Amino acid sequence: MNKKIALMAVLAALSGVAAAEEITVYTARAEQLIKPILGVFEQETGIKVNVVSGSEGPLMERLKAEGSNTPADIFMTVDAGNLWQANNLGLFQPVKSAALAANVPVHLRDPGNNWFGLSVRARTIFYNKLTVKPEQLSSYEDLASPKWKGKLCLRTSKKVYNQSLVGTMIGSYGPVKTERIVKGWVDNLAAPVFADDTKMLEAIGAGQCDVGIANTYYYGRLLKTQPNLPVGLFWANQKLDGVHVNVSGAGVTKHAKNAKGAVKLLEWLSAEKAQKLFADIDMEFPANPKVAPNPVVTSWGKPKQDLINVSEAGSKQAQAVMLMDRVGYK
Amino acid sequence: MQLEKSLPSAERSPPPGAAMPAGISRRLASWPGRLLALAISLFTVVPLAVVMTSSLSPDPAIWQHLLEFALPELLRNTLVMLLGVSAGVLLIGVSLAWLVAVYQFPGRRFFSWALMLPLAMPAYVLAFAQVGIFEFTGPLQSLLRPHFDNMRWFPEIRSTWGLLLVMSLAFYPYVYLLARNAFATMGRRALEVGQSLGLSPRQGFWRIALPMARPWIMGGLLLVVMESLADFGTVAVFNYDTFTTAIYKAWFALFSLDTAKQLASLLVVMVLVLLLLEQYSRGRRAYSQAGRTAPLPRLTLTGWRGWAACAAASLVLLLAFVLPLLQLGYWASRDFANQFSADFLGYAWRSVLLSLLAAVLVTLIALVLAYLVRRDGGAVVKLAARVATIGYAIPGTVLAVGVFVPVAWLDNQIIALLGLGGEVTAVFKGTLLAMLLAFVARFLAVGHSAVDAAMNRITRSHDEAARNLGVAGWALLYRVYLPLLSGGLFTAVLMVFVDVMKEMPITLMTRPFGWDTLSVRVYNMTSEGMWDQAALPAIAIVLAGLLPTILLSRQQDVA
Repeated sequence: MNKKIALMAVLAALSGVAAAEEITVYTARAEQLIKPILGVFEQETGIKVNVVSGSEGPLMERLKAEGSNTPADIFMTVDAGNLWQANNLGLFQPVKSAALAANVPVHLRDPGNNWFGLSVRARTIFYNKLTVKPEQLSSYEDLASPKWKGKLCLRTSKKVYNQSLVGTMIGSYGPVKTERIVKGWVDNLAAPVFADDTKMLEAIGAGQCDVGIANTYYYGRLLKTQPNLPVGLFWANQKLDGVHVNVSGAGVTKHAKNAKGAVKLLEWLSAEKAQKLFADIDMEFPANPKVAPNPVVTSWGKPKQDLINVSEAGSKQAQAVMLMDRVGYK
Repeated sequence: MQLEKSLPSAERSPPPGAAMPAGISRRLASWPGRLLALAISLFTVVPLAVVMTSSLSPDPAIWQHLLEFALPELLRNTLVMLLGVSAGVLLIGVSLAWLVAVYQFPGRRFFSWALMLPLAMPAYVLAFAQVGIFEFTGPLQSLLRPHFDNMRWFPEIRSTWGLLLVMSLAFYPYVYLLARNAFATMGRRALEVGQSLGLSPRQGFWRIALPMARPWIMGGLLLVVMESLADFGTVAVFNYDTFTTAIYKAWFALFSLDTAKQLASLLVVMVLVLLLLEQYSRGRRAYSQAGRTAPLPRLTLTGWRGWAACAAASLVLLLAFVLPLLQLGYWASRDFANQFSADFLGYAWRSVLLSLLAAVLVTLIALVLAYLVRRDGGAVVKLAARVATIGYAIPGTVLAVGVFVPVAWLDNQIIALLGLGGEVTAVFKGTLLAMLLAFVARFLAVGHSAVDAAMNRITRSHDEAARNLGVAGWALLYRVYLPLLSGGLFTAVLMVFVDVMKEMPITLMTRPFGWDTLSVRVYNMTSEGMWDQAALPAIAIVLAGLLPTILLSRQQDVA
């Protein structure tokens, strides 16, 4: 027994494990957006939170390789597609929590309670205020019509946000119609697809194109630094099934060493204080319906959301990627 | 200093052939060296094996999709990139090296080292800065727009040409450095020989200097080709699909790990073929310097020729370094107060420490490897050396996973063996050691090329003289080679240092808790499209790489 303790001490020294309560979070959310919130949790509870950031794919590989010896208690990432995939790989464990069930609406969490949405982002239509009137806009499908030829800007299809958007479209419209729509988008492109939403929104503002599709918080961030950018937000598909929403979220890892602490952190993240921080730091919509968004976000109006369960995006992701390849959406 | 400690047995090794007949003993004596070379290649072989072992049965639906809609274009794109970037770096690197090494023109002394500066700039940073300058919303087009009806005439930077330009500007210093050094040590002599044969300087360049400098130029070019193949960050900025992009897509978007591994295996085979072709084309020709003599006087470019040379060098330096740095500076200035904090010094310090450790370790291993290749010269050791340096052509994330999986496996075995499951989660993973091993797998090619180039310059007569004096075995390395190699070793340390500063995916995957570096910071910002906030850590990477780059340039500027 003594030997075992000595060994542990050596290994602990090697790997830098400390004794006080800790929670380790693997996050594919950018550190600067999540660390301030976790910092508040640390202050309130005295529990130390270790953060390992990286991109989602390698982090999932890391969890797989570590198996039962992972230090991670929570895996956090953006996009329901990624969360679905992590769940599919068996990286999560189901969580029974009355607080989480009350704070996170059903369509924003895994049907088996393996992961929970913590913030909501809508992917909608943006337009140049000088050249386009909002009355000319209606739906994602409309952006495929020839009237937008040479006027549309899009982000690369390699970004999971677009894969999820197309994935849910496949869920709603079926693959044939969706392929026709996406083909129409590609035919309407004004410029090569962009590497990120921010650059694309700036291109709309500068008049390189008239319309485009982006996540709302990029718009919110951009307005902070360029309040006079002539770009407007239009809620897509309001007369149809509602605007496409996606989540950032997290789940407790299957082999969490501190599962109790992890659940506590998730509950804390879904409660009002943290939700308010999410809303303000990143201009996202809170997942918790009891919390109001940031005033700037509120000023954009209250859109009808597509209530299709966001996990649908994950199950259709590979299909969506192949569809976009076929029509030449790069 | 490090070397003395690491090779304590050097003095004690018995002279070869003491007891046994010479032939057998030599054959036996060469095996420890071969085994050591094979052991070194394991740093790369193990991660590659992890990446390449997939179920042999391809996923038919995904492969059919890739064959029909992706692979033809990807292969074409990859080929265009490799050929275009090779042509670009040769044109820029060799011509500038020749100008600087052989001629005298206004600003030559300054350009001689300043043209190395772009080495400190990560290619993905150069890419986002250049796109930032030249795209529709950038300052240049915004400035011009009011004066024109439309801007359709303005070339689109986010295009194949833009990518080739940016990659050539980012990677030419590898070729420039090695070519300049080769030309400086023999270029003017070659011209002199040429003159005596009645050749003009131009003919002297094509017929004597260029063929003589070939192994050094090819060494630099090989690094460029490998880095281009492995690149993900730069092509992502341009949304240019290459083989590497396909691996990522199969893995992280189509969730077909097997397909990704099969694609990665194809990439490894392509690189191996490339390396063997290069080695074959080099053949058995020996390249060593025919003794040092006093430098010959430079040819002076007079009048417009001198100014044209100055303008060409200025243009390259401006596009590859000055303008992008100004753009980064402008972005950083918009958000400086928010970005510069105590944390920032931590990122910088960890980047520098990590790069230094990795650089010394990689150089040591590269030295041992180069020595083994020279001493043995056999096929086994040569192949081991080749394989050991493939890591540079493997996409960083793929290699990172390849390193992490076996380390995590080893940890799991140890933890299970000791019965510590549930109490301890890590032994080696998440330690600096595991991270440094991953860097060895990645950057051995860089260290090896520098050390090997220096080793090539040591003539066989050095060996013979040493042997006649009774110096052999590791003592030969320590007493004879080391002093002659010190320049090459220094070059290796500096080049690896700069490369590790810029590295991103392996750092992300294998870093210990809290070991965030400057490049991790850049990653976190650029992944959210926050270019303004990425600018300050990017500038810090460039600045930290600046001193080694200048040292490198000075140290190599032998003539």
